[in-house]
Amino acid sequence: MEVNSKIPILEIKNLRACINDSEILKDLNLTINTGEIHAIMGPNGSGKSTFSKIIAGHPAYKVLNGDILFKGSSILTLDPEERSHLGIFLAFQYPIEIPGVSNEDFLRLAYNSKQKFYQKVEIDPIEFFNLISKKLELVNMSPAFLSRNVNEGFSGGEKKRNEILQMILLDSEVSILDETDSGLDIDALKIISNGINTFMDSNKAIILITHYQRLLDYIKPDYVHVMQNGKIIKTGTSELAKELELKGYEWLN
Amino acid sequence: MNQSNKILNNNITKLVNQPYKYGFSTTIEKDIIEKGLNENVIRLLSTKKNEPKFLLEFRLKAYKRWREMSSPEWAQLKFPEINYQDIVYYSAPKFKKKLNSLDEVDPELLKTFDKLGISLNEQKRLTNVAVDVVFDSVSIATTFKAELAEYGVIFSSISEAIHDYPELIKKYLGTVVPIGDNYFSALNSAVFTDGSFCYIPKDVTCPLDLSTYFRINDQTSGQFERTLIVAEENSKVNYLEGCTAPQYDNNQLHAAIVELIALDNATIKYSTVQNWYSGNEKGQGGVYNFVTKRGLCVGSNSKISWTQVETGSAITWKYPSCVLIGDYSQGEFYSVALTNNYQQADTGTKMIHIGKNTRSRIVSKGISAGNSKNTYRGFVNVNKKAIGSRNYSQCDSLLIGNLSNANTFPFICVQNSTTKIEHEASTSKIGEEQIFYFLQRGISIEKGIELMISGFCREVFTELPLEFASEADRLLSLKLEGSVG
Repeated sequence: MEVNSKIPILEIKNLRACINDSEILKDLNLTINTGEIHAIMGPNGSGKSTFSKIIAGHPAYKVLNGDILFKGSSILTLDPEERSHLGIFLAFQYPIEIPGVSNEDFLRLAYNSKQKFYQKVEIDPIEFFNLISKKLELVNMSPAFLSRNVNEGFSGGEKKRNEILQMILLDSEVSILDETDSGLDIDALKIISNGINTFMDSNKAIILITHYQRLLDYIKPDYVHVMQNGKIIKTGTSELAKELELKGYEWLN
Repeated sequence: MNQSNKILNNNITKLVNQPYKYGFSTTIEKDIIEKGLNENVIRLLSTKKNEPKFLLEFRLKAYKRWREMSSPEWAQLKFPEINYQDIVYYSAPKFKKKLNSLDEVDPELLKTFDKLGISLNEQKRLTNVAVDVVFDSVSIATTFKAELAEYGVIFSSISEAIHDYPELIKKYLGTVVPIGDNYFSALNSAVFTDGSFCYIPKDVTCPLDLSTYFRINDQTSGQFERTLIVAEENSKVNYLEGCTAPQYDNNQLHAAIVELIALDNATIKYSTVQNWYSGNEKGQGGVYNFVTKRGLCVGSNSKISWTQVETGSAITWKYPSCVLIGDYSQGEFYSVALTNNYQQADTGTKMIHIGKNTRSRIVSKGISAGNSKNTYRGFVNVNKKAIGSRNYSQCDSLLIGNLSNANTFPFICVQNSTTKIEHEASTSKIGEEQIFYFLQRGISIEKGIELMISGFCREVFTELPLEFASEADRLLSLKLEGSVG
């Protein structure tokens, strides 16, 4: 790999962060290059979800120290929507229901907000329908999803597919998938994994946060990190995930 | 999550605290009766308006009733006692003579209404809406009067109607909302100054939407207007009402009465977009909007439909109601009430089922932001004889931020066993996680909230006439537009 010559797409340096005065991330370091898939595993409460929200800029968390660099520039002072426009995407562990707002309106507004940010032409509902219809096929969703309210009454699997649909639609460069596999049956897991694998290319990077080795059978990570107590305590290849599946996290301490 | 809530609340507060666009005032020569209320003031007011004797008697009777009554206290509202002696009951722009054409209206006034987006200029008028414009205590202009007269439709200020059609006024005034109905109706009956009168004759579908625009300009004057709409057999009318007021530190009182009468097979659709000044972010100033609105479905198969979008006023206190007397008559109430800062709204409806097979439908949407208080209060009463009647009620509340307050008090009383009643209620909150979801997808906080609110209000907005639907959308987004820090 000749990664040394290029700037990492995402670089986290000595990151310390807290919520309500309780420190969750303690000196976290991580470097991610384009074309790479990283898996982050770790026991409950180790700070994985917090990590994903901090990168997306959730206002509840305060960064105490360190930096987050996107293509070499710090994004710490950027609003969540600016980070989104730059290409940072977070697939939520628990996708939010938005009553009264149709999925189609929501998706179009998201798409057009990005278009507008890059001073590109916003597209009308008919053009958008053509665009989104093709993406729907990638995650095996029927167009009926478009007229339903965002995530309202969606099953667990439907919600997760809707997240992946959004990731594909926004064509994000760094996608953090927070336990996208949890609560999925095997068929849904296959569909989602297929969608992700089709989407991934050498200009993008993906961070998979997961508890289970199962997902990594379908999406092959380049690196597996173990997070514990707010920092990365071990990094390895997909072999590490298999070892964790057998032994748990205890042996690492 | 305290810290983030604070940030979010700040954002939302900034967003909903857009300056009031209609807060300017007009300097104009006025004819005023000095502050205070007593019999002499009422006599003077009646003389100034050159009223027939029956009306003076009506006023004096009302004044007597009012003095015997006391201000009601049952609402979920808090406000200091109103000093009724500190209010100007009559304030009118000075005209030298009666106006025959709008060209004679004081240019200052024309400018005021242009600024409000209501053009009285002959060329620029809305083509499909006839407007009666009320400025403080008097109606200054009514458009399309002659055109409407060709259809037999009477549309004029109530003062003119009192002169020109005393028999109609005598027959209907105070029959829907009796003088002693409540404290504010008694007060209004004693001192009402102007308003609109509409009469739709038999078998006529009113060719234009009728509309009244109310503007309170004077700082100390109250506005006590009165609207009376009579729809004869087989007639149909759409009526729209809009309101604004300048920004003052003191509170202004607006105590109106609206009476609707629908005879056999008649339909009246009454829509309001209320945007009185609502006070500043500390809760100082703003209009007290204490209004009695009621419609009688006298005839069989008649229909009265109320649609209201309430965004303004420091305090809104009103219950547009339907009394369903005729068999198969229908009452509807669609409402969006948005409160912010220290605004208070106690609003809802009463549906009184008396005739057989009567139907009513209530859809109420309350949105509360800031420190505001938003209350839905409804009364559905189905009489013993109202067999086969139906009511459907839906009351939804949406909370924005952590300091706002929403209440629902539905009261249902059914006295026969053949009636069907359905009631649905929900409370939801625009939470920080929802907003973060929007933001993470690159959608700004304004757009996100706008989308959620317009989704929440959709069922009501579709009931508004086209001209008003865009006005309502504009109004809500006006309250929500702005920069986010």
